[in-house]
Amino acid sequence: MADVGGVTKEDVLRVAELANLELTADEVPRMQRDLNAILGHIAQLNELDTSGVPAMAQVGEMLGAEPELTGEGLREDVVRSSLDRKAVMAAAPETDGRFFKVPKVIER
Amino acid sequence: MTIEDVQAAVASGTATAVAIAEEHYARIAAEDGPDGKDIHSFLALSKERALAQAAKIDAMAAKGETLPPLAGVPVGIKDVLVMQGSPATAGSKILQGYMPPYDATAVQRLEAAGAVLLGKLNCDEFAMGSSNENSAYGPVRNPRALDRVPGGSSGGSAAAVAAGFAVATLGTDTGGSIRQPAAFCGVVGMLPTYGRVSRYGLIAFASSLDRVGPFATNVRDAATMLSVLAGWDALDATSSDREPGDYVGALANPVDGLRIGVPAEYFGEGLDSEIRAAIEKVLDSLRAAGCEVKPISLPHTKYAIPTYYVIATAEASANLSRFDGVRYGFRAPGVKTLSEMYRETRDQGFGAEVKRRILLGTYSLSAGYYDAYYRKAQQVRTLLTRDFLAAFAEVDAIVAPMTPTPAFKLGEKTDDPVKMYLEDIYSVAASLAGICGLSVPCGETKAGLPIGVQILGRHFNEETMLRVGLAVESAQG
Repeated sequence: MADVGGVTKEDVLRVAELANLELTADEVPRMQRDLNAILGHIAQLNELDTSGVPAMAQVGEMLGAEPELTGEGLREDVVRSSLDRKAVMAAAPETDGRFFKVPKVIER
Repeated sequence: MTIEDVQAAVASGTATAVAIAEEHYARIAAEDGPDGKDIHSFLALSKERALAQAAKIDAMAAKGETLPPLAGVPVGIKDVLVMQGSPATAGSKILQGYMPPYDATAVQRLEAAGAVLLGKLNCDEFAMGSSNENSAYGPVRNPRALDRVPGGSSGGSAAAVAAGFAVATLGTDTGGSIRQPAAFCGVVGMLPTYGRVSRYGLIAFASSLDRVGPFATNVRDAATMLSVLAGWDALDATSSDREPGDYVGALANPVDGLRIGVPAEYFGEGLDSEIRAAIEKVLDSLRAAGCEVKPISLPHTKYAIPTYYVIATAEASANLSRFDGVRYGFRAPGVKTLSEMYRETRDQGFGAEVKRRILLGTYSLSAGYYDAYYRKAQQVRTLLTRDFLAAFAEVDAIVAPMTPTPAFKLGEKTDDPVKMYLEDIYSVAASLAGICGLSVPCGETKAGLPIGVQILGRHFNEETMLRVGLAVESAQG
C-alpha cells in the first residue's frame, strides 16, 4: 500500500480538481487532516496477505457457486416507455422546455 | 399502534384510515416541530396524497372488499427514496427544490399494498453519517432522549416510529444506517439481503452496498413490511428473481433446535458493559427457548471498517458525480462558464462529510492508488464474506450486539470522522457480505437508553432471522 499520513495540501487540491470540487481556503487544511487520519486507519489492511484472493465487486459474485440464489439480473432488452420529457425538464434549474441550458462551455 | 392494530381497526370499522392518518398528522404537528419536542424527523408531508389513499381504503372497507396487507397503515419514507409529488432532498442542499417525476419501486409497492404515505423523513446527507447530524436541514433528536442523536443515517425513519408519528417507515442501510438507528431509538430495523428489495428510485450512495428496508415497532410488522417490499424488479439489475419467502408465516415456527453463533470478535474492547449484559440475557433466553448457542469466529471483523470506507467512498465519488447543477436541484448563481458552474454548485451544494467522502473515494481510485486501496479493499471484502459463509455452514443465525455504545449526545463526535466511523464497527461487515440483518430492542441502560441486539441471517434466509428476532422480542416481556 502507498505511504499513508502523507497527503499534502497539493494532493488535496489535485483530488478536489479531479472531483470537480472547488474547496475554500479554510476547507483545505481540514480535509488534509481528515484524509490523513482516515488513510492512517485504512492502512491496517496492509496487515493482511491477500495474494491470490479474488476481488469482490458485487454480492452476487460470491454466491456464484449457488446460481439459484443469484437470479438472472438482466431484464429483457425491449423498448419501454420512459419518463415524460415535460416532467423531467420541469425539475431542471434552467431549460427552454426541450433542452437543459448551461453556461458557456468553451472558455476561450 | 401496530400494523395489526390498523388492519383490525380499518377492517372492523372501529376507525377509518382517514382518521388514523389525521391522528398521526396531528401528533407530528404537535411534537415534531420546534414548538413541540423538536424531533425534526419529517422534512416534508404529503397530506394530499396520503388522505386520498386513506379515503380509497375506507371506500374499499365500506364495500366489504378484501383489504391489502398494509391497508390504511401510516408509513413514512426516508428522503433518499423518490416519491412523486414530494420534494426529494437526500438531506442535501444540492437537491433543494427537486420534485422527482416518479416513485421508487419500494414506495410504489407500499402504496399498492394499501399504505398511507405520510411524507419524507430526515436523514444524513446522501445517507452518509451515523448520527443524522450531517443533514443540511438540521439534526434529528432521539425521541427516547432529546439531547441525544437518533443514530444515522436513517435517523428520521427510526425517530418517527419511536415517537409514534408513523406505524412503520422505510430506511436505507449502506453500512448500518437502518440497524444502528433502530438500536438507538428502541425500534425494530431490518436490513434485507442484498438484491431482495429493489433499489430503483433510491438516490445512490454506494450501489454495491445500498439496501432498502423497514423500521417497525415489532418483528411481526417488520416481516409484514418485507413481504410487501421483497421481489424482483426489472428496473434494478441487481434485484434477485428468487421467490420471496413467507416471512409472516415463518414466524409461527418455533426456534428450538436452531443453532445460534456468537462471534467472539463482537464482544471485544469498547463494548459498553450494560450492552454486554443485555446481550448475555438475550443468549440465555434463546438457550431457554431450545436454541443451541455456540461460539464462532469471524476472524476478519476488525478489517470491516477500513474496507467499508474505501469501497463505499469510491462508489460514492462516482455516484455523486451526477450532481452538477444541470438536470435537477440547486445550481450556483452568478457563474460564467460550465466548469465554474460544476465546481461552484458542488462546493456550495455538498456538506463537509459528503466532500470528505468524495475526496477520499476519488483519491483511492486515482492513478497510482487504485491497487493499493480499492483493489485491496475488494479482496478483503471477499475474506469478510467468506467468514460469514463459513460461519453459516455451522449455525443458522448469528447474534451479537448492534452498537458498541447506546445513543450518544448531539455534537459529541462531530469533530472526529474516524471516531464517528468506528460507530459502525458491528454493522459494516454484514453490509459488505450482503447477508440479512435485524436489530431488535432488548432492554435499556440504567439511564433509560434503548439497547439493540442484532441477528444476522444467511443470504436470502430472512425467515430464520425473523424467527429468532421474534423469540428475542417475546422474551423481553
